[in-house]
Amino acid sequence: MATILLFAPLAGALIAGFGWRLIGEAAAQYVSTGLLFLSAVLAWILFLGLEPGTQHIALFRWVESGTLSVDWGIRMDRLTAIMLIVVTTVSALVHLYSIGYMADDPEWKPGESYKPRFFAYLSFFTFAMLMLVTSDNLLQLFFGWEGVGVASYLLIGFYYRKPSANAAAIKAFVVNRVGDFGFALGIFALYWLTDSIVLDDVFAAAPALADQNLAFLWRDWNAANLVGVLLFIGAMGKSAQFFLHTWLPDAMEGPTPVSALIHAATMVTAGVFLVVRMSPLYEYAPAATDMIVVTGAVTAFFAATVGLVQNDIKRVIAYSTCSQLGYMFAAAGVGVYSVAMFHLLTHAFFKALLFLCAGAVIHAMHHEQDMRRYGGLRHKIPQTFWLMVIGTLAITGVGIPGTQIGFAGFLSKDAIIESTWGAGTSVAEFAFWLLVIAAAFTSFYSWRLIFMTFFGQPRDSHAHEHAHEAPLVMRVPLYALALGAVVSGMLWYGSFFGKHEQVNEFFAIPAHEETAAGAATAEGSGGAAGAGHGAVPAGGSHMTAAPGVAPEGAIFMLRGGEVMDRAHHAPKWVKFAPFLAMLGGLALAWLFYIRNTALPQRLAATFRPLYLFLLNKWYFDELYDALFVKNAFRLGRLFWKGGDERLIDGTINGVAMGLVPRMTRFARAVQTGYVFTYALAMVVGIVVLLTWMAISGGAE
Amino acid sequence: MGVAGLAFYLFAITSLVGAAMTVVSKNPVHSVLWLISAFLSAAGLFILLGAEFVAMLLVIVYVGAVMVLFLFVVMMLDVDYEELRGQMAKYVPLALFIGIIFLMNLGLAFGPWEFSETAGNLRAAPAPDPGEVHNTAALGRLIYDDYIYLFQAAGLILLVAMIGAIVLTLRHRKDVKRQNVVEQMHRDPAKAMELKDVKPGQGL
Amino acid sequence: MEQTMTSDIPTGLAILAPEITLAVYAMAALIFAVYTGKDRLSGALTWLTALVMAAIALWIGMRAPAAREAFNGAFIDDGFSRFARITILLAVAAVLLTGKDYLDRGRLARFEYPIIAALAAVGMMMMVSAGDLMALYMGLELQSLALYVLAAMNRDNVKSTEAGLKYFVLGALSSGLLLYGASLAYGFAGSTRFDVLITTLSDGRVPIGLLFGLVFILVGLAFKVSAVPFHMWTPDVYEGAPTPVTALFATAPKMAAMALMARVLHDAFGLAVGDWSQILVLLSVLSMLLGAIAAIGQTNIKRLMAYSSISHMGFALMGLAAGGSFGVQAMLIYMVIYVMMNVGTFAFILSMKRDGRPLADIAALNLYSLHAPGKALAMLILLFSLAGIPPLLGFFGKFYVLKAAVDAGLVWLAGVGMIASVIGAFYYLRIVYYMYFGEEGEAIDTSMPPVQWLFLMATAAVMLLGVVNLLGLEPLAEAAAAALVR
Repeated sequence: MATILLFAPLAGALIAGFGWRLIGEAAAQYVSTGLLFLSAVLAWILFLGLEPGTQHIALFRWVESGTLSVDWGIRMDRLTAIMLIVVTTVSALVHLYSIGYMADDPEWKPGESYKPRFFAYLSFFTFAMLMLVTSDNLLQLFFGWEGVGVASYLLIGFYYRKPSANAAAIKAFVVNRVGDFGFALGIFALYWLTDSIVLDDVFAAAPALADQNLAFLWRDWNAANLVGVLLFIGAMGKSAQFFLHTWLPDAMEGPTPVSALIHAATMVTAGVFLVVRMSPLYEYAPAATDMIVVTGAVTAFFAATVGLVQNDIKRVIAYSTCSQLGYMFAAAGVGVYSVAMFHLLTHAFFKALLFLCAGAVIHAMHHEQDMRRYGGLRHKIPQTFWLMVIGTLAITGVGIPGTQIGFAGFLSKDAIIESTWGAGTSVAEFAFWLLVIAAAFTSFYSWRLIFMTFFGQPRDSHAHEHAHEAPLVMRVPLYALALGAVVSGMLWYGSFFGKHEQVNEFFAIPAHEETAAGAATAEGSGGAAGAGHGAVPAGGSHMTAAPGVAPEGAIFMLRGGEVMDRAHHAPKWVKFAPFLAMLGGLALAWLFYIRNTALPQRLAATFRPLYLFLLNKWYFDELYDALFVKNAFRLGRLFWKGGDERLIDGTINGVAMGLVPRMTRFARAVQTGYVFTYALAMVVGIVVLLTWMAISGGAE
Repeated sequence: MGVAGLAFYLFAITSLVGAAMTVVSKNPVHSVLWLISAFLSAAGLFILLGAEFVAMLLVIVYVGAVMVLFLFVVMMLDVDYEELRGQMAKYVPLALFIGIIFLMNLGLAFGPWEFSETAGNLRAAPAPDPGEVHNTAALGRLIYDDYIYLFQAAGLILLVAMIGAIVLTLRHRKDVKRQNVVEQMHRDPAKAMELKDVKPGQGL
Repeated sequence: MEQTMTSDIPTGLAILAPEITLAVYAMAALIFAVYTGKDRLSGALTWLTALVMAAIALWIGMRAPAAREAFNGAFIDDGFSRFARITILLAVAAVLLTGKDYLDRGRLARFEYPIIAALAAVGMMMMVSAGDLMALYMGLELQSLALYVLAAMNRDNVKSTEAGLKYFVLGALSSGLLLYGASLAYGFAGSTRFDVLITTLSDGRVPIGLLFGLVFILVGLAFKVSAVPFHMWTPDVYEGAPTPVTALFATAPKMAAMALMARVLHDAFGLAVGDWSQILVLLSVLSMLLGAIAAIGQTNIKRLMAYSSISHMGFALMGLAAGGSFGVQAMLIYMVIYVMMNVGTFAFILSMKRDGRPLADIAALNLYSLHAPGKALAMLILLFSLAGIPPLLGFFGKFYVLKAAVDAGLVWLAGVGMIASVIGAFYYLRIVYYMYFGEEGEAIDTSMPPVQWLFLMATAAVMLLGVVNLLGLEPLAEAAAAALVR
């Protein structure tokens, strides 16, 4: 079943990509969408009926070289299952939505065929993403990682006639290369250290890594921390974290369904997934997790500030995505991986919903994306309006504080904020405050979007008159996602952030882990105790000394349980803080965009430097351009002109066009055609050989 | 030095001189004649070794048949050897130089020539003692028994040579009348001649 | 004494049965054709001969794997000889079939052609199975004489006659040198048998007389594989001979001479590796470089293929020069791949014509890809493979010999080989350039009968598919090499 699930999107991609000439454009769309729904149904069956424990399904041998031995396999556990439902559900809905959205795209001339290509890319992306989340080893994971990178590149640059789309695609690809370089180095280091890249072997070796050192870049590092940081750099690239975030807003050049699928719900969460997947390693890498917490929190804050002033509807949501990913990383960093996954799941629903709603708005407004030209659309497209409000309620975290009733974001985001408080370290405390402020900003920009789009007076009367509700095929996915955005938080709160037993059962973590984990943190010596802990489930006390057994369970929480405990028993003000922040943001947005619409402009004029700083996204693009891009161009030109053309081409051309032809002419001149010349050559050859042999040969 | 010794040196010297003159003489006919004398001396050497059969073979086949054929061919072909020499003349210095080095090399090889320990016995092994077996019989055994494979292979080579000669030279000329014996024998006199009644004054 | 007396003729004949069958077939076919249809039978005879040779190849392939020798060690039937003989027979058969159309068109279709080719094949089979210097010489002469005749077969063409004559004169010279070398070896050892020769070297010292004998024998064989500086006949003969004969020259005899060289060097002089490897290294370097450099100036595709084969022989010699079992294995793999590439390439060259007249000018291929994209693509694959561009089979051949050289410590030789292959790539790619990007010129006619087409496409496909495990060639070559180098 898992195999079918995995390869149905690939089949869809191949059929749509190569077979559409045979079956027609419409059929190609329906086939790929149908196969995706098949995958989604299978994924839900798998998720709901998942048996405890980790299953390994080997598909075929892949690489066998020296001690490197890699299977193409599926690792089926709770973590995989969560990712499977997220990926396939959102992907299936986006496929369906795209049938309507892409029906007549103004970017293309009439008669041009672009739809099968689009669907093939989408399906291919889904396949690569599934490869990534199901992989049982780092090589396959990397393969999927790069596969989604390629698909992302192709889809961002889907409108290849637009120079800006091409530039955005290249930017996304190049920035991701930086991250992937770190990721690849991390894999190399793991292989170097543990002689394997199979996940179980790596996990088993993780406690030992914490005591090892590795020389890298002129000094020794703690092996576990170094590997953790390197892998996290990969995750930063893919999940658009601070410093490597610049590609994500630009990626909005792609069609909106792509933004919903790839740049909100699935691909960008691959980094979070990676960190959670490698949790047995990160639990022994305290420095790396601290870095994750800080990076996540800073990203959440930074992206939220930039989101405050953006005018492009998609960019606002893009920065929002960036910010929410920061939340997830913060949760993973403090060791409550289950909460990171919880937010990943809920975020997938409400962010995909927001994006697709934005797509519906853009669709209605004839592909106009500037919010300043919207306004008053509430009555024109009421269904979209209400759906988008649901998405906004979810992202801003509306619910009843102190209870477990509320929209999806309320439960998952508050869980994260409480967890950072519960972690108790100074780093986590710093993250806690940043996240609370970010929550206020989130609320502000989300409501700002709603108010600017749907309330007030229409600012572009022409487009406003022609605005129309999206077709049914686009609305159905919206309703499905809206359902997820409302209930997914309440449904799974217990499983992700409830009592220990509940969480452990959900992730199939052995029960006695609690005590061992608690002891480990109490002693503060992760390595030895962790090794003992890993060995316990394998049986027998005589095994305790022997490290090398992978921990059971889909995720591994050494500290997580304790953090969760403290988070549950956090003081009331901690639990109310995000809610109050949200209310503050809402109130401010209402004041600015409903009550006194002149206020924002005045404020922007007063604090002009700050406004420009935010509008220009903290000048990251300009900085990178000056630091890296220009210098890279200069270096490239140096190598091209000086190295390649003058040095290499010059030498080779000199030999090829000077020396060789001269020798060729000589060879032709010798070939006289006279027999005696030929015979002479032979005799000379013999004499030379004889003389040589007489001098050098036979002596020994 | 007895008669045998005298004969050996006589034949040996004649054969060397004949070989040298074959190469040196300017007239090709002379060359062929010198070659014949070299062959005859070689035959004499064979007789001294007690190999009468090979000696006779040499005289009959080589001198009697091959060389005569050679002579005819040389006389029939009109080749200007002087002209060929003229072209080669400019290579003479180089050829001399190479030749000297070549000779020096061979000198290096033959000066300290050595045999392997087993060489003598091995060399004597194939031929039976002349006192026991007549050399014609011994030769027959060698050729048709021990070396039958090589002998047959040589036969194949000659076959190829024959086919090659025919392929490269034989031309079927259409305008030549050929004798067809079968046709002649089956000729029917009755049909060979036809009587025509020629009317006077009209002609054919 | 006992040794010579134990010759068992019936056993020997049984071992030689494939060769005898082919020879008897050739003679029977000759007599039959002479008394019946003569040249009208040439087409049928060509097919029949090719089939007979393929059948014999199959037969040899299915014989008992044990190594046997016949006629006092003059003939050795072991894994190595079987490998070489099968390759040779299949190559000759393939060349006969691909060349048929050309001969028919040029009114050269003589019934003697397949028969002489069959006899040449017998000679080559004797060569690779030789266990004695005399047997070696007999096989070599049988093969050579047949080839001299074939080179001059187009007797109304001055170039063909000239080619035959040149080849004959120089071939006679090389045969003389080889014989002289053989006599030196005999003079030292007192025997011409390989197994006796090698025992005389067992103390590891090679006297200079025997060394010179080795040099002369090697020179004689180097002439046959057209290694520089004994290659001078090659371009003229390749150009002058009728193209089907050129195709024959480029394939089976090269394999035979290479295998024979491996046979002599390992069976008879296997204890003097250090000495002969030096000679081979020199020949290899010169051949690779000259073959690559001189080919650049050619405009005639047949001459170009001549230099190409010289260069390829240099690579094969590199494998041999490495010595040891792996070197022989690399050489065998290289040669088989080389033979296949040449069969395909010549299948195409044979079809080049304009107004029914054969054509060999490279410039005639201008923009050929527009007229016949399929054949142009096949040709492109073959040329890329000849140039040794991965992932085509030709690359793996080069890879093996280079690896053999590196393993034997001849890194600089491998380096020279790489430089040579880069230079050599130029002229192969130039043909590709003409075919795909040239200027519009007079169109060329390359209509071909199904057999030619089949061989062209099949070899091109093999070059592509060979990536998969070399099509099982490696273990076969390994077993053959192991049979030779003990």
